[in-house]
Amino acid sequence: MMPGEPAVDGITPPAGLDADSATWVRSLTGPAEQREAALARLHEMLLRIAHSELRRRSGQLQITGPELDDLAYQAAADALLAIMAKVGQFRGESRFTTWAYKFVIFEVSAKAGRHFWANPPVPMDAGDWDRLPDRLGLEPAREAERRELASALRRAVDEQLTPRQRQVFVAIVLEGVPLDALAVKLGSTRNAIYKTMFDARRKLRAALAANGYLDDQTSRRS
Amino acid sequence: MNGWSALDRFLRTDPRDVGCAEAMDLLHVYAELAAADAAAAEHYPGIAAHLQACGPCGEDFDALLAAVRGAAG
Repeated sequence: MMPGEPAVDGITPPAGLDADSATWVRSLTGPAEQREAALARLHEMLLRIAHSELRRRSGQLQITGPELDDLAYQAAADALLAIMAKVGQFRGESRFTTWAYKFVIFEVSAKAGRHFWANPPVPMDAGDWDRLPDRLGLEPAREAERRELASALRRAVDEQLTPRQRQVFVAIVLEGVPLDALAVKLGSTRNAIYKTMFDARRKLRAALAANGYLDDQTSRRS
Repeated sequence: MNGWSALDRFLRTDPRDVGCAEAMDLLHVYAELAAADAAAAEHYPGIAAHLQACGPCGEDFDALLAAVRGAAG
């Protein structure tokens, strides 16, 4: 299949679509001339959103100018391919454009995750554990509380987490690696990394509650 | 708020949280409800819980909402 060709030719839009969405589906799966015009229009919309989103994230990405333009273009082009491959699956749960915008936003996130490794962070050292409260945005009132908090959490991380959970927790919390970037590095997915971190948080909370640091009433899950 | 209560908030998990896969799958539906002020969180409490806890999905949701509102405006 050539880029930009729909996975399903000339499909009939699902019943109940709003008029604008039905026109999009018909145009994108219709005759070549009609399809080319719709593809060009959709690409323009996707590119505008990719630009806008990358500009919004440019501070954290440290990317500007032609490099940002290039990334936006890639995101729009890849989103367009994904949309055309799945246009036959569009069921009209939202307007077509909202469904389509989702693809380009996910592409921007994925590309931002890969771009992170262009300037990777300095690997952590043992002293980074002392900065844990700052990393978490905590504001202990006293130095003694800061030390106790960091020490208790580090002990729970060492004793309670699996090697994989520890690896993910340290990368995200201590080293400040964005979740999408970590997924790229580990050859994983956002969903899998989030689940690993979710389980780690739950175990750490339970351990800290069991040791009297946190209220165990709210640490238990059904 | 002291450091312990802040840590407690960071570690607390919501059992309704549906995870990234389901949230991403329905993000377009959720964003349209939110844009229409149509009680998205009440319709999809598991997605609402997830978007509050997951930075990347929350960021994607904000971006999609901005795109929908921009297109409508």
